[in-house]
Amino acid sequence: MADAVMGPVTGARSARARRFGLRNAMRRKSMIAFTMTLPLILLIALFVVYPALYSLNLATLNRSMERFVGLGNFLFLFNRETFWMVVKQSCIFALTAVLFKAIFGFVVAHFVHNIPTKGQRKWRGMLLVPWVIPPAMSCLAWLWLFDPSYSAFNWIFEKFGIGPIPWTGDAMWARFSVILVNVWIGAPFFMIMYLAALKSVPEQLYEAAAVDGANFWQRTWYVTLPMMRNIIAITALFSLIVTFANFDIVRILTAGGPIDLTHVFATWAFRVGIEVGDIPLGASVSLFMVPILTIAAIFILRDIHRRGNEA
Amino acid sequence: MRGKLTRRRFLATTAASSALIAMPYVRGSYAAGKLAIVLWDHWVPGANNTSRALVEDWAAKEKVDVQIDYINNQGNKLLITAAAETQAKTGHDIMAFATWRAADHANQLVPVDDIMEPLIKQNGAVNQTVEYLGKVQGRWVAVPATIGTQIKGPCSRIDLMKQHAGIDVQALYPAGAPPKAESWTLDALLKAAEACHNAGFPFGIGLGSTSDSVDTAGTIFHSFGAELVDAKGNVTVKTDAVRQALEYYTKLAKFFPPDAPAWDDASNNKWLISGRGALIMNPPSAWAVARRDAPQVAEQCWTHGMAAGPKGRFAPFLPYFWGIWSFSKNQSAAKSLLVHLSQPSAIEKLVAASGGYDLPSFANLTTLKTWAEEGPPKGTLYHYPNPYNHQILSTAASPAPPKIAEQIYTQGVMTKMTVRHLQGEPMEKTLAWAESEVEGFLRT
Repeated sequence: MADAVMGPVTGARSARARRFGLRNAMRRKSMIAFTMTLPLILLIALFVVYPALYSLNLATLNRSMERFVGLGNFLFLFNRETFWMVVKQSCIFALTAVLFKAIFGFVVAHFVHNIPTKGQRKWRGMLLVPWVIPPAMSCLAWLWLFDPSYSAFNWIFEKFGIGPIPWTGDAMWARFSVILVNVWIGAPFFMIMYLAALKSVPEQLYEAAAVDGANFWQRTWYVTLPMMRNIIAITALFSLIVTFANFDIVRILTAGGPIDLTHVFATWAFRVGIEVGDIPLGASVSLFMVPILTIAAIFILRDIHRRGNEA
Repeated sequence: MRGKLTRRRFLATTAASSALIAMPYVRGSYAAGKLAIVLWDHWVPGANNTSRALVEDWAAKEKVDVQIDYINNQGNKLLITAAAETQAKTGHDIMAFATWRAADHANQLVPVDDIMEPLIKQNGAVNQTVEYLGKVQGRWVAVPATIGTQIKGPCSRIDLMKQHAGIDVQALYPAGAPPKAESWTLDALLKAAEACHNAGFPFGIGLGSTSDSVDTAGTIFHSFGAELVDAKGNVTVKTDAVRQALEYYTKLAKFFPPDAPAWDDASNNKWLISGRGALIMNPPSAWAVARRDAPQVAEQCWTHGMAAGPKGRFAPFLPYFWGIWSFSKNQSAAKSLLVHLSQPSAIEKLVAASGGYDLPSFANLTTLKTWAEEGPPKGTLYHYPNPYNHQILSTAASPAPPKIAEQIYTQGVMTKMTVRHLQGEPMEKTLAWAESEVEGFLRT
């Protein structure tokens, strides 16, 4: 009788042990995956989540960080002319740079795709160089090329009776310069992503289009672009986030000048938060990027998801 | 009872303060025997060795284990280190602060009245700018540091100024003698700028947002009595003095290089060393580099006083400070070290090691032999430390309360006003913009 009573209890305990035992847990694929990603999760928590929450906290404090002001810093920013100028400039900088990176990346990817396989690797490697050089280093080289008084470009142009061009001294040229350098650094990333996408387009589609008498533009418009849409969207989103948050290029080339006309969110946040010493306001400026990028991400990812469902 | 100061208490306090200088630091029961300090990383080769030797001498005598970190301003490293240590409430015991930072961190610094008062008695008074930046609510929060402190007065080319502007800067500021600079006014400066510009050697003064550009604009504004915010914190942008200063500086800026709005603190140095300009506003670092890289330029350089304006003769002055963090566990040792570094013999060694670049802020120490002897040409730095007090040493954006002035300074409001007006923006529109900006700096 006793055995009969004890039997189910022992059975249940052993079943629970089977279900929850460490050894069994470790055998589960999801558990293994979680364990392996745990170091990365901890790193992200430490270096991304904690600073993000801390900056949220900072953004709610007054200048001397002694008093809670709620959304006071954001309301203050909304009334500043310079802040709205920075918003406008950040949008111009990010959208223009991403557009040109996409165009150059697309064109160059086509060129590289059409190079015979034998020499293609060499070209791919060379074209990636601007992307793999640390930006702080390449920006310093660009700074010398654009130097206000000793620009190497101006020295060359002078030989042809052109210039001197105030690369960083005039607002229009300064904006052009920072966008140009951003495109130079970022276009190879687009190129490599588009090249991968081009290689995955089935050759039969082009053959069918050719049979139908499609010319180059028609093949590009009706075959290549639709097949690359998701990659284009993902690349654009990724680049938009990185470009919006760009700091090094503007900081090194113009430091936001002349008269603040090239400041973007990150450089303005640094100026206000660190250089001026108003850390809560600096945190508020940098947090302002979050809603803008969230909206962009929602639209782009929703579009990709919808197309995925249609497929 | 608390506010009453009896004769006995007064004598006791004075005696204790005086004794602090004379007495060596005695390790107290709370002292850990360690001290970590930050000194400004000097650009003059070998200058750090002198400060290190001074600190090590003190450390050996007082048996304190000292760690020195030399941090420069490149990439705002000094600024960021101080900001990080303020947040973390840990780090060094002594921190070097550029211009505004001591006042900015006043709440986190240990008051140093007990060492400043005896030092002033010993070394002479400090000027009003040092007091403005180092004394908060009547209490000294930092000690003026010799290392890094500078005056950014004119450094002129003797030959070019004589040839194109008809001005003999050596006669205005003779070595070893008081200045004879009555004729050296802002009008004379404007005429000289035009003449040198027309001759192809424009004055190398920047209009960017970095320190050198802002300091010069600040001096011009002070020369007209122009304040964007007054000492009480009232916004005073739309005043006649500001209009006059802006009008004058815009006229002067027309003779600067066309890319001046993009200049940083290295641009004016390069301008002088390359021989392209007749005058820059800088401490003698440009001259020192020219002495090494372009000796023919260096031997034509003369550092001298600023031109006088309607409200006086002002020169841009940037003091550095040494402060002790309130989280320091060895505050008495830190104070003892700062007293040691502020002794006349130590200051003389620091000035000599920097080739005359570093300036003590104390009145009795502006006639050291280094400035008289440095050259070529001999005596080129004689008037650099303002030995005859014939100009008022001021910091741009003063006398606004430091928390507001710091923002005006760092944001380069005065240079931006100049560039806007220079590019054709009407005066009143520029003033309205500046007023709006400055109003934003009043938040606490």
